[in-house]
Parts: sequence; structure tokens; C-alpha cells
Amino acid sequence: MTPQPTTDSTPDPDPDPEGGPDAERGPASERDPGSEKNPDTAIETVFRIESPRVIAGVARIVRDVGIAEELAQDALVAALEQWPRDGVPDNPGAWLTATAKHRAIDLVRRRERYARKLAEVGRDLEAAGPYLDQPSDPDDIDDDLLRLVFTACHPVLSAEARIALTLRLLGGLTTTEIARAFLTPEPTIAQRVVRAKRTLATKNVAFEVPYGPDREARLDSVLEVIYLIFNEGYAATAGDDLLRPALCEDALRLARVLAQLMPKEPEVHGLVALLELQESRAVTRTGPAGEPVLLRDQDRRRWNRLLIARGFTALGRATPAAHGAPGPYALQAAIAACHAQAHTYEETDWPRIATLYALLAARAPSPVVELNRAVAVSMAEGPGAALEIVDALTAEPALRDYHLLPSVRGDLLRRLGRTEEARAEFLRAAGLTRNERERELLLARAEEDDRGAGEGGWPTGG
Amino acid sequence: MPRYLSLVQIDEKTAPAEGPSPELMQRMGELLEEITKAGVMLDTAGLTPTAQGKRVRWEGGKLSVTDGPFTESKEVVGGYALMQCKDMAEAIEWTQRFLKVHEEHWTVTCEVREIAEG
Repeated sequence: MTPQPTTDSTPDPDPDPEGGPDAERGPASERDPGSEKNPDTAIETVFRIESPRVIAGVARIVRDVGIAEELAQDALVAALEQWPRDGVPDNPGAWLTATAKHRAIDLVRRRERYARKLAEVGRDLEAAGPYLDQPSDPDDIDDDLLRLVFTACHPVLSAEARIALTLRLLGGLTTTEIARAFLTPEPTIAQRVVRAKRTLATKNVAFEVPYGPDREARLDSVLEVIYLIFNEGYAATAGDDLLRPALCEDALRLARVLAQLMPKEPEVHGLVALLELQESRAVTRTGPAGEPVLLRDQDRRRWNRLLIARGFTALGRATPAAHGAPGPYALQAAIAACHAQAHTYEETDWPRIATLYALLAARAPSPVVELNRAVAVSMAEGPGAALEIVDALTAEPALRDYHLLPSVRGDLLRRLGRTEEARAEFLRAAGLTRNERERELLLARAEEDDRGAGEGGWPTGG
Repeated sequence: MPRYLSLVQIDEKTAPAEGPSPELMQRMGELLEEITKAGVMLDTAGLTPTAQGKRVRWEGGKLSVTDGPFTESKEVVGGYALMQCKDMAEAIEWTQRFLKVHEEHWTVTCEVREIAEG
């Protein structure tokens, strides 16, 4: 699937959806505040850190992520009983994994209905048996973790199910946290996770890293899940529960982990680059009252230099070696990099951005990409050339209720001096947007006269 | 997910003169790899001794520059780690793992501080 900006954004020459992480994180953060004084909390923290690797290691034995997760939980219960009494082991992750694997083997041996599976995995058990208490080879752990990533993001599952399962098994989020972050009732998410695990089991999805012809499609599915998680956080507004904007960072962490696991995949680095660069602007995307601040009005001095530097580093790895053109994520990251490089809005290299959008439109065509290309063209060549692109999009069913289409069109018409038509477009856009602040902005634009047109043409935030 | 700066502080007078042992460097390397693989480590480095450092001070409207070493401070910053963690408890856990790779004759303090966002 083509990565797409979320549909909740203001006219902005950039796929920069509205809202942004609340600047106030920290004491107000709702995520298990945790205290090193409470041994249970310390153990649970260790468990949260180790849990993806424990589940992955066990899943290789039982070939079922649902059962693997239960056994990992059993190991946590054992840790909560034993560690306070006997002290925390030197390598708590290895302890948890070994405990969970022992239980996995007991389970496989004990239950008749696993007899068939036992035959399948017998060799693994023989191999694993004597070495269970030895520290695992880090490379093996990485392989298991990667298998878990591909299983949780398997296309046999719906996008919602993949997201929930990925955040649960790999992101370390509880069902409660996922439900709150996605504004969904908790039972719905719990159901979704249970059903996803069942689907993986009934469809006999292999616990493996795909190679061969469907590898690319399977990797696309993984990248898409991480991108969708990021966009959910990106679409949250400052007034939202902090768990919503925090999804951006959950996605970023998942992307960083994936880049370590798959260092040779350019598009993985492309995704990391895109997310690092988008996140570098997080604190500047909303004003003091939570109002959206457009790219042109953002205080660039407050963009996070570390994340920008990381974004550029990742972008450097996102370009395929000798073969092939950059993929959709690398292209979007390159566009984000253009903005990051411009010290002022006026310095933005619009011709380059327009070229990158043209490459993106060729590589992964979508109406939203085309609309963004039109904006870049309007900045690079003027409103006339851009209006041709936008007019071709008005018949596009996918954009019928997309407020950015009339909003962009209105702006181009105004810059061309076609004031009345522009006003009608802004009013139409105001009627389509679901965001109250944006509606105010668009209604104000509808009432403007021609002053301010032709100065880059984007609303100044009221 | 906040960012945390761990300021690694050592007493230069009692720190092993020969510096970290090869075994310590090996364990440290493995741990750094693990923290990076977990998507947690953003940046980390060690600093040269304070003998090579300077203190630039602003007081009473006047600037002064003092050469190192900073003998009046018992512990000085010898390195740092910038980590992105879900919460302070996770930052503490990683910090403890960092400290545990040192041999017993080391005395090291990590001051873990959350980065103020915004």
C-alpha cells in the first residue's frame, strides 16, 4: 500500500497532518510512572523490556504467538514470586526466556493435542534441550524477534489487528493503553488481539521471516503497520490524551528496532528517516492553545536537531546501492529532509520537492500524493501550473470529501485573482473539515480579500 | 516517550588509572549494542579527563575561564547517554545494566534526568 498522509490536515505544502504531541510530557504522563523503590515495578519494567524477545524465543518452540505470550506471562508471575526472595538474576532476560521455554517444552510434551506439533518441532527441542540455561546467541534472538515482527504484521490480518498485535507483542503496550491511544473501547481491542492470535493459529501462519517472492509484500505490510501507528499519533491533537501523541514515539522505536534487525533493507531506513524527521518538528506543530501551526509558521529554531541528524543518517542508508530507485518511504523522507534543511520557509527548495513528489507519484501513485505535488508545483512554478493538476483531481472519488482539495484549490484561485471562486472553495472546505480550528481558519480565509495572495499563498494561521 | 540524559559521574582521583579493562570494554560494547537494538539509545560518548577541560563561568557580570582538572569537585561528568524510554523506571533499568558491567573496584554514579520537552 502507498503510504499516505492522514486526511486530517490543513493546507500545507507537506504531508504534515494536524495536531502534535503535547509539549508537556513527564510528570503528567500516564504511562506507569514506575518507581525504583517498588520491586514489583522494577520487575515489571524488566519484563516490559524483555517481553518481545521472550515471546519470540518461545514462539519458535510452540509456533503460536498466543501461547507464547501466555507462557511469557507465566514466566513473569514466576519472577514476581522468586526475584524478591532470591534477588534479581544477573541476566534477567535470559532467566525469563529460559523459564518460559521450559514451560513451553512441558506444555508441548504434556498436551496430547500438541503431539503433532511435537513431531514438527522435535528437532528444535532436542537442539534446545541441553542448552536452555545457556545464554542464547544474540543472532538467534534477533532472528526470533524478526519472525515475531513478520508474524504480528502478517497480511492475513486486518490493518487494525496487525496494529493492535504489534503494539501488544512488540511495543510493550497494554490492551488498556492501546484502547486509549486509539479512542476505542478496551473490550474491542482485547477481542481484536484474541481474534488476531486465533487467526494466525487457524490459518497456520508459519513463524518465519519470509524470503523469496512475497518478501517485499510482507515487508511492506510491516512498514505500513509502523507508519499507521505513527500517523495515529500524528493526527492526535494537543488536547488529546497523552497516550495518543505518544504513539509517534512508539512507532519510532519500532522502526529503530526494525532497522537494527534488517540493516540491509533501504526502505526500512527510509521509514526511520521519515519518522525521525517528522518527529523533529513535533513540539512546533501546535501553538499554546493547541491550535495547529502550519509549516511556514513553525519556529524552526525549536526543531529537534538530534532527530534531524538521525533522520539524515537514516536517509543516507535508504538509498539502494546499485540497483533500483529509492522507494516511497525514502522519497517522502527526502521531501521531509528538504524542509528540515531550509533555515527559513522562504529558503525551501520547492523545485526539488516538486521533483521528489513527481518521483513519488510515479512510484506509488495516489490522489493525495498528486495534491501534495500540486502544492509543491505552485510554489516552484506558480499557481497556474498547479491548478491544472488540481483540476484533474476534482473528479477523483477518493478526494470527494477531502477538505484539503477545495482548500488548496481555493488558495490557487485566490493567487490567480479569481476571488469569488476562491471564496466558494474555502466555504466548501470549511464544510468538509472535521477539525473545529481548521474550520475557523477556512471561514476566515473565505472572507479575506486579495491581500496576502501571491505571497506563498498559504494561510498564516489566522 | 520521554528522553533521558544519564550523566555518568566518576571520581577522577579514585578511578582506575589504567582506565577500563579490555573485558569491561567488551561487556560495554555488547550492552551498547543491546540498548541500541532495543531502539533506546540515541547517543552516547565518553569524555576526556577534566585535565583537558575548561570551565567558563559567568558571575557578577564577568566572565572567567578556569583550566582543568576540576579537583574541587568530588565527582565529575565522565560521559553521557541519551536514551528514549517509556518512563523513568525503564531508564533506571538500562542505567543499572550499564553500571553492572563495571568491575567491583569502580565507583560510578549515573544521574538520570528527563529532558524537558517543548
